[in-house]
Amino acid sequence: MFAFIMRRLGVLGVILMGSSFILYNLAAYSGDPLADLKTSTDPNRDFLMISLSRELQLDVPPPARYFLWLKGVLGLFVGHANFGMTREGATVGADLAQAIPVTLRLVLASTILAIVMGIGIGVVTALRQYSRFDYSMTFVSFLMFSLPIFWVAVLLKQYLAISFNNFLREPNVPLKGLFLLALASGIFWASVIGGTRKTFWTVFGTATLIAGGMVAIMDAMNWFLHPGLGPIIVGGLSVGIAYGVTQLSVGITNKAALRASLTVSAATLLVYYPANWVFDNHQGALGVFAIFSILITVGVFAGISFSKIDRGPIIRTAVLTAFLSSIIIVVDKFMQTWQPYMETDAINYRPVPTIGQRSDLLDTQDFWVSNLDLVMHLFLPTVALTLISFAGYIRYSRGTLLEVLNQDYIRTARAKGLTERTVIMRHAFRNTMIPLTTIMVVDFAGVIGGALITERVFGWSGMGTLFYRGILSFDLNLLMGVFFVTSTLSVLANLVADLLYSALDPRIRVGSGA
Amino acid sequence: MARTSKKSTESTEVLSGENAISNREVEGLSQGQIVRRRFFRHRAAVISLVTIISIVIFVFSALDFRLFGVWRIHGWWKWTTEDLPELRVGDCPGGTVGCPTISLRPQFLGGAGIGLGTHPFGQDDIGHDFFALVMKGAQRSLSVMVVIGFLGGTIGTIVGSISGFYRGKIDSILMRLVDFMITVPAVLIGSVIGYHYGNLGAIFLAFYLGLFAWTGLSRLVRGEFLTLREREFVDAARVAGASNRRIIFKHILPNAVGIIIVSVTLLLSGAILLETALSYLGFGVVPPDVSLGLLISQYQDSFTTRPWLFWYPGFFIISIALSINFIGDGLRDAFDPRQRRRISKKERQESATARKLAQADE
Repeated sequence: MFAFIMRRLGVLGVILMGSSFILYNLAAYSGDPLADLKTSTDPNRDFLMISLSRELQLDVPPPARYFLWLKGVLGLFVGHANFGMTREGATVGADLAQAIPVTLRLVLASTILAIVMGIGIGVVTALRQYSRFDYSMTFVSFLMFSLPIFWVAVLLKQYLAISFNNFLREPNVPLKGLFLLALASGIFWASVIGGTRKTFWTVFGTATLIAGGMVAIMDAMNWFLHPGLGPIIVGGLSVGIAYGVTQLSVGITNKAALRASLTVSAATLLVYYPANWVFDNHQGALGVFAIFSILITVGVFAGISFSKIDRGPIIRTAVLTAFLSSIIIVVDKFMQTWQPYMETDAINYRPVPTIGQRSDLLDTQDFWVSNLDLVMHLFLPTVALTLISFAGYIRYSRGTLLEVLNQDYIRTARAKGLTERTVIMRHAFRNTMIPLTTIMVVDFAGVIGGALITERVFGWSGMGTLFYRGILSFDLNLLMGVFFVTSTLSVLANLVADLLYSALDPRIRVGSGA
Repeated sequence: MARTSKKSTESTEVLSGENAISNREVEGLSQGQIVRRRFFRHRAAVISLVTIISIVIFVFSALDFRLFGVWRIHGWWKWTTEDLPELRVGDCPGGTVGCPTISLRPQFLGGAGIGLGTHPFGQDDIGHDFFALVMKGAQRSLSVMVVIGFLGGTIGTIVGSISGFYRGKIDSILMRLVDFMITVPAVLIGSVIGYHYGNLGAIFLAFYLGLFAWTGLSRLVRGEFLTLREREFVDAARVAGASNRRIIFKHILPNAVGIIIVSVTLLLSGAILLETALSYLGFGVVPPDVSLGLLISQYQDSFTTRPWLFWYPGFFIISIALSINFIGDGLRDAFDPRQRRRISKKERQESATARKLAQADE
């Protein structure tokens, strides 16, 4: 295994070197970095040209200059990489160090969302193959495939940001909107749950009433201006999560798991007020981390004490419940921050920004307000990227699950009398995840490259912006820095995908000269 | 194929009714006929095929179009992209000028009647007819798409077949080349090339992008060749003394054609999105030339005041890409032998009664 990884790394190193050599020369010969100076009328033009040439070592021909660049980059292994200087005289390394976290933030959120939503919907469409829900989701995913992201972005800015901001000025849901929202929710849940005609109409009616009622109550309480969940709803959601997670992971009939998860829900309710006190008085990531670890510890202990046999899955269920419940507590805190955030001068009741990665004018020491600001800026780009990329996951997970469901071992599992839940979650879903994992990893690297457009549209200054700057000002070192990061990421992603595949699928062995 | 299924029907008494139906359907048909039948049964794919053909005919006949600089079609539309008619003022919403004259509401419903009017898609800032601009942009985007698809498809098929068929050293060299090219995202390499050579024209851009677009396809084709070359019919052909060339072209390639066609259609829809994205960034087709992505990027700020400058180019991009994706889906279903058509309740009942009758006879 170790030898395999080392050999692969060696091959990847050679590939990276080759492709960067080609790219370097391609970029170097495609134009003249001094072109804008040659036509300038600056009196000290010649001096500028000479100093720039010396700084960027333009007197060395590109194929040889590549090796100077490579020497700097290889310094990575001894601790001080040198990616060269930009034309402005800053080091490329410093620019990259600033840009990488921005791009990662952008890509990570949308990738996770796309994976969760895409696989969820994909699984449902596969289980309800040829249903109306399946057909409409197929259409939606093809539509998403065909949407240019820059086009979606403009629409989102108009309809999600500006209209929502206008709505918040006078947050009253009109009756027509309420009606449509309730109806949409009814249709969605009814088609997801499916079943006979009677269940369809029951689910439809219930979901419509619940959604309509909820929006009406929220509207009456002016919830959109003072959002928040409060201890009762947090507790209720946590119990709901406990039931849901138990049902999906071990089945509701497993009393030990259910008791363990419900204990976690009780603990969630107990820590609600202390948690909020911690959030207010000891701000920072440490408090959040503390809440997560307390609840997860409770989950582990509850899992151990309630189970006699089969500990692993029960602990896993309780821990998953704890994790999701902690997220609810944090979300609730963010919701409570909404009001103070809206009141700040920088926001002034227009909370959904259309551009930028943070509000420059926002002057606050408050951990929650400044982080809510980050979240709000992430909102639109994340929605745009998620819309574009989750279609692929829908199609892929649907196809894979359908293929798995046709296998003989699924028939065997059904024949020996396992419940449908066990068949789907244990036998089918796990095998579906094997090829999906590799897709995820590779896709993640692809999205980083594609984030260039998203960054341009939403005015973020991440890697895409650096790249853009590099092209426009013919900044070879900057360009190569971005190339280096993206291509290393995509190469590593491929390696990780291979390793994951072999780790998940015992039929595939990596050692055997693959 | 039909013979084996018949045999199995005879030998195994327990065969589900669904199988019997789908086998009965393909009996005595050639592979091409089966594929065509399956494709034309895919309603969305057929609608998309009709859509894309009408779009192509509409777009390429609207304005003058030169093929290889020689063969020229005269357009039926009265304006060209260079004409500068006066900006139309009056009955535009919100005091804007140059709004679209297209009307789809008939007169008896209180509209102006179905018709295009002088400027169906409105006019841009200085008065250029936007319909002409969109048609020109669609011509560009479609041609770029076709060139990328053709080039990428050809290179991908050739590289994939060679490395899958010959394996060994050639395979590893070619696949390392693919690894090379996959390390760099297409948008990035396209931007570098497009920015510096974009002024050479759209077709040159397409040509260059096509040279980088074949990697995914070649991997797929290689995989297909690797499995097909181990099959019995290839051994049989070799024993009969067929040359490598004959085996590749007559025996393996026809069996791999499904996967090739499907991935080329997906390549096409990816290509139009890539071209529009690059043009949007300013690295693709550059002004004075026109492309759909370029039009959107030029007028995205006027979305609130003059939304038509934004909607129409976007509408063309989406309808082209969407139709191609649906056609690809239909083709995949048509070529996939495992894919079975959904069997209607009526047919299932019919086959069940038929089986019962047959058992009663015995």
